[in-house]
Amino acid sequence: MAIEVRIPTILRTYTDGAKAVDASGGTLEELIGDLESRHPGLRARLVDEGKLRRFVNVYLNDEDVRFLGGLGTPVADGDTVTVLPAVAGG
Amino acid sequence: MLTISRELVDQIVAHAREDHPDEACGVIAGRDGVPERFVRMENAERSPTFYRFDSMEQFRVWRDMDDRDEEPVVIYHSHTATEAYPSRTDVSYASEPYAHYVLYSTEFDQFRSFRIVDGVIEEEEVKILESNG
Repeated sequence: MAIEVRIPTILRTYTDGAKAVDASGGTLEELIGDLESRHPGLRARLVDEGKLRRFVNVYLNDEDVRFLGGLGTPVADGDTVTVLPAVAGG
Repeated sequence: MLTISRELVDQIVAHAREDHPDEACGVIAGRDGVPERFVRMENAERSPTFYRFDSMEQFRVWRDMDDRDEEPVVIYHSHTATEAYPSRTDVSYASEPYAHYVLYSTEFDQFRSFRIVDGVIEEEEVKILESNG
């Protein structure tokens, strides 16, 4: 068992075009660390100065992790993590 | 070039006018680059100078598109006091390289479309398909 991470189009250059990749970890932060070891460069697109970037939304199953525990949110095998670019502008 | 039906153009314009002076926003889902299904989104900022999709609404809409094998072909929003040209903030957030970024200015009644890739804005021609009858 692993945690499925769904990758948006713009970040698939880091995953050889894969729409979803597997990763493991006990928290979202550990999961992103594991992703980074297999897909170098991905972490910097998600995290900046120890916080999630405001340009991305990260969901655990169907909840926005900002409303859970941010990078400290616990994750477990069988969960799905979805990354979407935030859509915003002026 | 963006090829889009008159009906979808009218829906964007109507939404923009309805929410004026706040910015309106939404997506048009479709396949193979053809815009088909109009999805108006809530502007979580409710602001005349900024827009942001509500993250939970976006999650549901993106999952629907995924289930239907659709893509966000058009991402639109309105400007309510300035021209229909991407602002610096629009460019910094633009992260769908295959989307047509459509802007409609309620102030100037302008409908324009752009590609925004790696911070570079490229305007494109808009071809509107008139419906018959």
